[in-house]
Amino acid sequence: MSALEFILALALAKGLVVLGLLLLMRTGLVSFGQGLYFGLGAYSAALLAHRAGIGDGALMILAGPACAAAVAAVLGLLLARYREIFFAMLSLAFSMILYGMLVKSAALGSTDGFNLHAKTFAGIALPAGGERRVFFAVSVVIVAIVTWALHRYLASHWGRRSAAIRDNELRVEYLGASVYRVVYVNYVIAAALAGLGGAFAALAVGHVDPETTYWTTSGEFVFIAILGGTGNVLAPFLSAALFEALRTVANQYAPNVWQMTLGVAMLAIIMFLPGGLWTLVRRKAA
Amino acid sequence: MILETQTLQKRFGAVTAAADINLAFEREAVVSLIGANGAGKTTFLNMVTGYLRPDSGRIRFDGQDLVGRAPREITALGLSRSFQIPQLFQSLSVRENLLVAEAIAGAERVEEATDALLDRFALRDYASRAAGLLPEGVRKLLDVAMALVARPKLLLLDEPTSGVAADEKFGIMDLVMAAARGQGVTVLFVEHDMEIVSRYAGRVVAFYDGRVIADGAPAQVLEAEEVRRYVIGERAAHAAA
Repeated sequence: MSALEFILALALAKGLVVLGLLLLMRTGLVSFGQGLYFGLGAYSAALLAHRAGIGDGALMILAGPACAAAVAAVLGLLLARYREIFFAMLSLAFSMILYGMLVKSAALGSTDGFNLHAKTFAGIALPAGGERRVFFAVSVVIVAIVTWALHRYLASHWGRRSAAIRDNELRVEYLGASVYRVVYVNYVIAAALAGLGGAFAALAVGHVDPETTYWTTSGEFVFIAILGGTGNVLAPFLSAALFEALRTVANQYAPNVWQMTLGVAMLAIIMFLPGGLWTLVRRKAA
Repeated sequence: MILETQTLQKRFGAVTAAADINLAFEREAVVSLIGANGAGKTTFLNMVTGYLRPDSGRIRFDGQDLVGRAPREITALGLSRSFQIPQLFQSLSVRENLLVAEAIAGAERVEEATDALLDRFALRDYASRAAGLLPEGVRKLLDVAMALVARPKLLLLDEPTSGVAADEKFGIMDLVMAAARGQGVTVLFVEHDMEIVSRYAGRVVAFYDGRVIADGAPAQVLEAEEVRRYVIGERAAHAAA
């Protein structure tokens, strides 16, 4: 797997998490805890191979969103009642609880984490040394399907309700709809997307560690979301690719100041493109 | 009777917003609620629509108790409202606002129903404009149009012409009343403009200090001594002169 393919594989994985954030942001919510579901997705895929001895890539990919959605279905019952800073901080708190559990768990590799390895994909043996390339190809296809599905969802009557909630919850309730239900459903979808992203990231890197659930990882997803903007479902992938490329280059040529480089980039975006990078695409199209 | 309230009470600290309100409204009536600011009109509307819970008393709508129900449940029973400050989806276009409302109401053909509504409320020219950028009169119309989407049996309008230019207010009320009559809806509207009250209401209920001080035909209520003093403020005006 080439360096470019690796960067793109990570960009697609993180783009999926940010796609879920986009859905939440369109509903008027910002989560600083998507690392929780990213980490759950990564660990559930890894544990399937590491503990259960199931080294099938397809099942590992399915385990990520399934586990994340199951946890979100429970936590969402509480979180869907909160808004603004309370929602953001509660989601952050849950991700930090998982982080705390992971670093204390020797069975899960503690702070070092552990490696994972897939032997087959849907029952077909993977070529030696070419597993990651296969997963990259699979991620391209699945990302395309998921992105199209989310685009359709946002354009649907139910999806349009999300934007209505962001603008005016009171009116939505007085029209006869449950705001809570829409927020809950969107929260679970966003978690499933983050879990899927986590599974792909784990397969691309071949390793999982508690850093996936740390608050800086969640902050990184918010960063990417703001960088790209919420104007289009493709924006998360564009900004995730740029973010990963920027980080790789900055890390290589200015390893001590790469975070400052990202900070400057963010400042420029907020000042000159408050709608995110997607504004440039839209302007060009117009 | 479509709506009945019995001994409705509501206090905010030392302020009595509703004191023993007993009212009943017939089906398909058009009733205006009048009163000075703080008289208790909007509190009454807010209690009926589930925004506020009364301290005590009963509210029955079409045979169902409303106290303790969430606004969306009350809407589902057939009671809709508009707001003094229009409650719209500011970043969505007029058409999208109505699409959301029609979809929630469960219209079979959402797009067609939306187009019909745009025409009925003369909103076609504004269809693609963001709701946050509309003139106040159009915002009021859109707010009422969205309330009517739920096909209510009872429509509560909170100051439908406040903030609207004088030459537009009758046009807006004509459109609203025509739409309401077309659907056989009972209408309760809070209003400060007595011209509007006289012209559109078949019955007037006057509030003062959380109490009902007059209830009856418009001519009778608007001539009542207490109403002239506390609602219209004529005596105060004469005294000042």
